[in-house]
Amino acid sequence: MSELAIHTENLGRIYKIRGNKKEKKVRKELVALQDVNLDVRRGELFGLLGPNGAGKTTLIKILVTLLAPTTGLARVAGHDVTAEPHLVRPCINMVSGGESSGYGLLTVRENLWMFSQFYGLPSKEANQRIEALLKKVGLGDRIHTKSSDLSTGLRQKMNIVRGFMTDPEVLFLDEPTLGLDVGASRDVRGFIREWLDEDKSRTLLLTTHYMVEAEELCDRVAIINQGKVLACDTPANLKHRLQRDALFDIQTSPLNGLKAPEIEALAEVRKATVEDVEGGARLKLALVEEAALGPVINVLTQKNVRIVNLTKREPTLEDVFVDLVGKSMAEVEKNE
Amino acid sequence: MAVTQTATAPANTRWTEGWRSFRMAAWLGWQIESNWADPFLFFIYSVVKPLASASILVVMYSIITNANFENPLFPYIYLGNAFYIYVGAVMSGVSWAVIDDREHYKTLKYMYVAPIRIPAYLLGRGVARFLTGSLSVIITITAGVLFLKVPFNPLEANWPLFFLALFIGVVMLAMMGLLLGSITLLLVHHSWGIAEAVAGALYLFSGAIFPLEVLPNWIRPVGYIMPITYWLELLRRSLVGDIAQAFPTLAGFSNLQLLGILVGLSLAFGTLAVFVFRYCDYHARERGTIDMVSNY
Repeated sequence: MSELAIHTENLGRIYKIRGNKKEKKVRKELVALQDVNLDVRRGELFGLLGPNGAGKTTLIKILVTLLAPTTGLARVAGHDVTAEPHLVRPCINMVSGGESSGYGLLTVRENLWMFSQFYGLPSKEANQRIEALLKKVGLGDRIHTKSSDLSTGLRQKMNIVRGFMTDPEVLFLDEPTLGLDVGASRDVRGFIREWLDEDKSRTLLLTTHYMVEAEELCDRVAIINQGKVLACDTPANLKHRLQRDALFDIQTSPLNGLKAPEIEALAEVRKATVEDVEGGARLKLALVEEAALGPVINVLTQKNVRIVNLTKREPTLEDVFVDLVGKSMAEVEKNE
Repeated sequence: MAVTQTATAPANTRWTEGWRSFRMAAWLGWQIESNWADPFLFFIYSVVKPLASASILVVMYSIITNANFENPLFPYIYLGNAFYIYVGAVMSGVSWAVIDDREHYKTLKYMYVAPIRIPAYLLGRGVARFLTGSLSVIITITAGVLFLKVPFNPLEANWPLFFLALFIGVVMLAMMGLLLGSITLLLVHHSWGIAEAVAGALYLFSGAIFPLEVLPNWIRPVGYIMPITYWLELLRRSLVGDIAQAFPTLAGFSNLQLLGILVGLSLAFGTLAVFVFRYCDYHARERGTIDMVSNY
């Protein structure tokens, strides 16, 4: 058995997009993934963190054999996803968040039982697993409800059970908590961690654009943007690279035209990002020395910007992302 | 290019997965088709719709021939139309599963990720449509015999030939459905109407409602290479015998010869369907259309 659950080498994917009606024959190329090299060990909970459109879902689609790569190679559970998809599929399962898939006319149990049969689980064992897992995710009392009668969040929980039910060697979760409320997201995260802790040979690859999720759950995280893996390490090590900086959050009144580059131009300010918030702005600063805070405050004062709150904080994965990309994830998504 | 030749699974695994896929798809298809939450709608679709379409033909025939129901053309048209229900049900049913799962239920990607055989799964989804289609065929023929004097005597029918031809024909239609379903895998925007368009076109070219001689010379070959033409002829012959042979199109062929042609063409279309599926399956992965939802 291979030590690696997932292995990719120079993996790339280019989409060819047809032009509009006038330019039908013109095919534009969109690079969704570029030279992705990843090794995920068995037993790991590996996170892909990046904004929408970064290439996370494309990578998952290649790994679960739904999409052919344009370049490179990928192996899952020791099998080549392109040459041996029939050997990959019995070892994996996948759940995509933020969608309401499933046969609405079937009950929750019927939906899950049907998929268990496609995976060749004995019916009795499947029913036992379904009941146990539904109870765990808080859907025990909805087992006989038609899935069309479930809310989007509950349907998503049903789909999460569908993914875990077959006890795959490698499970792929694509934004599993997208669209779930805070409580349901917490339940799902707890459930994921518990499932992995039950059997150390289980591997889980999760994509998310929620920093907290990646930080709380993942053993290792790859930060991905515009199809490229920018960094890959444990959340602690990723943050450690920023610990030389002093990080401050300043909540202010409106900035009166003051822009991030003007602040970044100040001596010993490594990075400044500005986020609009209700009634003002939130300024995130990475300073080489704490002493550099003084000039920043001076600039704010000169522009008649009032400081509402000032906090010194520990680095987060968001800071790592800003450090690598130069913008916050929200800014990247806004520019997309 | 990273694409390499796909290795094949051992034969026993293929059969196990294939049977499992077919069986469960048939179960799922039946759950969908038999979801008669509204019996009135079910009545309309399964009873009124086929009877209404048969009635249109009967009225047209009656006006054109001055109600000459004794002419052998009448049972020719009536039975051809009745059995053509299977074409719409089975062929469209199999290919429709791709659209239904991809666009409506959004489950096609999960089916693809599961260790199943997609062709067997799609064929299985057609089973329920065959069963509901059979009900429509039986109702239409019964109505024809009871109220329109279609000359059918169950004691004189060649039942072994009927069931043999029916079986071969349904398998053939399922394979043609797989062929269309495979093409549907590659189509995102115009996939909805492909099966109905093909079924509609074949209605004209396969001798369902008139002998091929009625068609212009240049278009007749389409009818001659379609196994549906021979299948409908065999079904007519097995039920009403000589009356069906009154038309010159295939009168020169014996039942055995027709069966041979039907089997040969069915094998040819079945083989073509398998190759087209492999081609489309490969290119669907290349283009990323397996889980692409058009929202059309």
